[in-house]
Amino acid sequence: MTSITAPRPKVPPLEGELRPGARPSRRQWLTRAAFGRNPIGMIFGAPYALFIALLFAYPLSLAVWISFHSYFFAAPGVSVPRPFVGWANYTAVLTDPAVRQSFVNIGIFLVINVPLTVMLSLLLATALNAAIPFRTFFRTSYYVPYVTASVATIGVFLFILSPSGIFNHVLGPLAPVPSWLVNQNWAMPSVAIYVTWKGLGFFILLYLAALQNVPDELYEAAKVDGASWWHRLRAVTIPGVRQVTTLVSLLAIITGANLFTEPYLLTAGGGPDGKSASPVWLIYESGIEQNHPDFASALGVLLVILVLLISAGVWLLQRRQA
Amino acid sequence: MKSRIVVAAAVPLILGLLAACGGGASGVSTSSANDAQGPITIWYSNNAQEVAWGEQMVASWNKLHPSEKVSGQQIPAAASSEEVIGAAITAGSEPCLIYNTAPAAVPTFEQQGGLVSLSSFPGGAAYIESRTGPGASVYKSPDGQYYQMPWKSNPVMIFYNKKIFAKAGISTTNPPLSTYTEFLATAKKLVSSKAAQYAIYPDPSSDFFQSWYDFYPMYAAETGGTELVENGKSTFNSTAGDAVAAFWQQLYAENLAGKESYTNDPFASGAAAMAIVGPWAIDSYQGKVDWGVVPVPTTAGSHGDQVPTFSDAKNIAMYASCKNRGTAWDFLKYSTSTAEDGKLLSMTGQMPMRQGIQQLYAPYFKANPAYTEFAAEAAHVIEVPNVPNSIQDWQVFRDAWSKSVIFGQQSPDAALTGAATAINKLVAATTP
Repeated sequence: MTSITAPRPKVPPLEGELRPGARPSRRQWLTRAAFGRNPIGMIFGAPYALFIALLFAYPLSLAVWISFHSYFFAAPGVSVPRPFVGWANYTAVLTDPAVRQSFVNIGIFLVINVPLTVMLSLLLATALNAAIPFRTFFRTSYYVPYVTASVATIGVFLFILSPSGIFNHVLGPLAPVPSWLVNQNWAMPSVAIYVTWKGLGFFILLYLAALQNVPDELYEAAKVDGASWWHRLRAVTIPGVRQVTTLVSLLAIITGANLFTEPYLLTAGGGPDGKSASPVWLIYESGIEQNHPDFASALGVLLVILVLLISAGVWLLQRRQA
Repeated sequence: MKSRIVVAAAVPLILGLLAACGGGASGVSTSSANDAQGPITIWYSNNAQEVAWGEQMVASWNKLHPSEKVSGQQIPAAASSEEVIGAAITAGSEPCLIYNTAPAAVPTFEQQGGLVSLSSFPGGAAYIESRTGPGASVYKSPDGQYYQMPWKSNPVMIFYNKKIFAKAGISTTNPPLSTYTEFLATAKKLVSSKAAQYAIYPDPSSDFFQSWYDFYPMYAAETGGTELVENGKSTFNSTAGDAVAAFWQQLYAENLAGKESYTNDPFASGAAAMAIVGPWAIDSYQGKVDWGVVPVPTTAGSHGDQVPTFSDAKNIAMYASCKNRGTAWDFLKYSTSTAEDGKLLSMTGQMPMRQGIQQLYAPYFKANPAYTEFAAEAAHVIEVPNVPNSIQDWQVFRDAWSKSVIFGQQSPDAALTGAATAINKLVAATTP
């Protein structure tokens, strides 16, 4: 097969640009090395770069620095020794049973939350994408919990999951004892189910957007071939929204790893007995309440690394499947 | 491209190092600031009665001292006052005086370099000691200086709902709550008669300070006034500590005390027949609960109003960013004068930490006899230990308590032994 390429029109170089074949001067080379071929692009990108540098890169760099020193928050102008302590803070974090428990808790949370989020949001998005009555009402209804303050929705869940709440009334003798939020085995699953419900609206929205891009012809062809609803879901819908599934999985993992409000409010500070404590809760407890930001920073850095590794694993897995 | 990556990577790193190494704004020189006069800002608690007291006190000062104007405001809202104050110290944005400083947080604020020694003012220590009496010494820091002014206490006692007690057929004038045996029998009767869902409902959450409202008052009573840590060692891994733990464990095991967070005040709402709090809570019971109050129980039986309990004190501290410390010190003395202490008592029902309050404010106690018990108890309160890592110590204790006593995942004996060892290590690590 041959390809025909139209000849490129000759465009004269712009002012300041090098002519083809010309050697750049040292100044031109330095300018290009620092700002690229289009310096104007750097100006457009600068506000966001600054935002990233100040609110992400700087705190992260500072956290890494703090994690290798003996550090506590001091008043401005107060000179305090902050000696380098090597890996001591990391050793303290990794040998702390509360930290290990919090990572186990997050593992339980992710195992429940991520698949549940992906499955429910895809199923509900598929249903909401179909021509059903009151479609707009349902779409709004699913989104309401996402935009409602966590404090308010947690208040509702505290009632629902209390010993005399509706769940226990419905379950009767099957209700767990002690009740959900103070039960060693059910506290974290309860938190995971609450978070799934709370975030579902957002993930449904992502899937709805992706479903708009799946060509109708594929469904029609599948129908002609006699594919059932289930087969169409497996053979057309799921592959068609794979990229969004990756995104939803990654966002759910990141949300889960950053869990704080729920153990703080729903299970009264990670109870019972730390069974719903999260690493971020421990960061708050040690860094803010107890003024040990060195320990908290080491834990934070480890959490960042872990989230990056899990996210990379998910991304690679789904890319390989694609 | 490579050089751009290097630049991009270096910028945040340099920023981080600069922030880490930089000292921020310069501090205030002690020698000159202690004499400086001028406008100051203060924070006070955000409960309605204290706000009213604070506003009238600031207004009366400003009328007398127009050139040294004081601006008062409620402490910013957060999970706890300690968090707000700690963050303000770090940012250098704290006011001159805070009328809501928890003694447990003072060692941390001191370590941050956020507090001004009140002993550094001429006659500072003498003023504190003459007002509070010998009890002031527990608020001295290990360096012998006062970084907090003992201000007001809220002796923790047992409140009971007379209506619920009457419904359960229990005396409302002399309820059997003196010994552990009596208390447990009363608690069982309250629940089994369905007069209340729970007998008592202290907050079961794992916040470090929650042990001040279940374990600590009873431990103080049981031991005759021993603090959690004394002479660099924890004290609770003892017969008295075990007895208090066993008492609460039984209440939780028999569902006489609630294990879950309650969305309202369970005592005010009638879900619990008793509460273990100080007089600051009385206002929230107005019009809802006809209450009575008794001292916390002990194994042998509590003896009237001489039973030691936890003070639940809130103190006044001067903060390092304060420039006009001369005015701040004068204002601190003005706000803790006999007249202002009297107003504090009458407007809030909280006990000024002043010697002889029952005699000094006799008309108030005659008009409000229910508060006499608190005034008598105020002379027998104990405080949280003034040791570095205080908050961490309390968190270790709370975690052990939560695991064993509330949720029964470990024997209280083993949990308290483990907590005692951990706290001893923490205290030893910060002892010079």
